Amino acid sequence: MAAVARVRIQTQDFDLGAEIAALRLGDPQVGAVCSFVGTVRDRNAGGPGEVQSLELEHYPGMTERSIEAMIDAAHARFDVRAVRVVHRVGVLEPLDQIVLVAVTSAHRSESFQACEFVMDYLKTQAPFWKKEQTPQGAQWVDARVSDDAALARWGIRADNAI
Amino acid sequence: MTTVHIKYFASIREAIGHSTEVLDTEAATLGDLRDELIARGGVYAELLAPGRAVRMALNQVMAGEGAALPAQAEVAFFPPVTGG
Repeated sequence: MAAVARVRIQTQDFDLGAEIAALRLGDPQVGAVCSFVGTVRDRNAGGPGEVQSLELEHYPGMTERSIEAMIDAAHARFDVRAVRVVHRVGVLEPLDQIVLVAVTSAHRSESFQACEFVMDYLKTQAPFWKKEQTPQGAQWVDARVSDDAALARWGIRADNAI
Repeated sequence: MTTVHIKYFASIREAIGHSTEVLDTEAATLGDLRDELIARGGVYAELLAPGRAVRMALNQVMAGEGAALPAQAEVAFFPPVTGG
C-alpha cells in the first residue's frame, strides 16, 4: 500500500477500475470503496457546447504537497484504509475525465465521507486553475462561493472565492 | 536583505508576462513583499491591489500577509483556485 503514490498529477487519462483494484489490492480489511470522478462539461456559465476545451494549469510541487496534506487530514478524521487522488492537467475536452478521488475503508460511511471531504478540500485549496476555450475566446474560470461553503461544512474555512 | 524566489500563476502570470523572478528584498513579511510589488505600479499595482482576489503561498503552503519571510523563500501569487 505504501509503495504506491497517493497523489498523481498527469496529462494522461486514468482507468477507474485499475485505480480501485490497485487501491484495495491485498487489504482484506477493506469492506467499502467509494470513488468520485470529475469530468469536463460542455458548458459552464454559458449554453450547451460553449466550452470547447479546458486547459488546466497547476503549481508543481505545491499541488502534490497540498493534496498529500488533505489525505493526511482525511486519515486523521475518518477511519479509512487508503486514499488515492489522480488529477489531470493540460488540455482536456468535454467528456474527458479530470479528477479521481478514491477511498477504501472497513465500512461505507467512512469512505463516503472521506471521499467528499477530500474533494471539497481539493476544490478550494489545491493550486489548479482552469481556462475555458469558448467561441468568444479564452477565459479563466471563476472560483465559486458554493465550493467554499462545501468545505465550511467540515469546519474548515476556505477563503478561496473571496 | 533576503532573496525571494517568486512565482506567478494563471491570470496573474499571463498579465505580468512572466512566471518567475528572483528578488532581493527588505520585506519582512508576505504582506510587505506584496506592497513592494504594488509599489512598482502598472500591472503589479493593478493585479495585487488590496481587495483583489489574490492568494499567496510561502514555501508551497497557503499563507497570509502576516507570514514572515525566511531566507531563500519561495513565494507564489495566484488567483483563487479552480481545480477538481
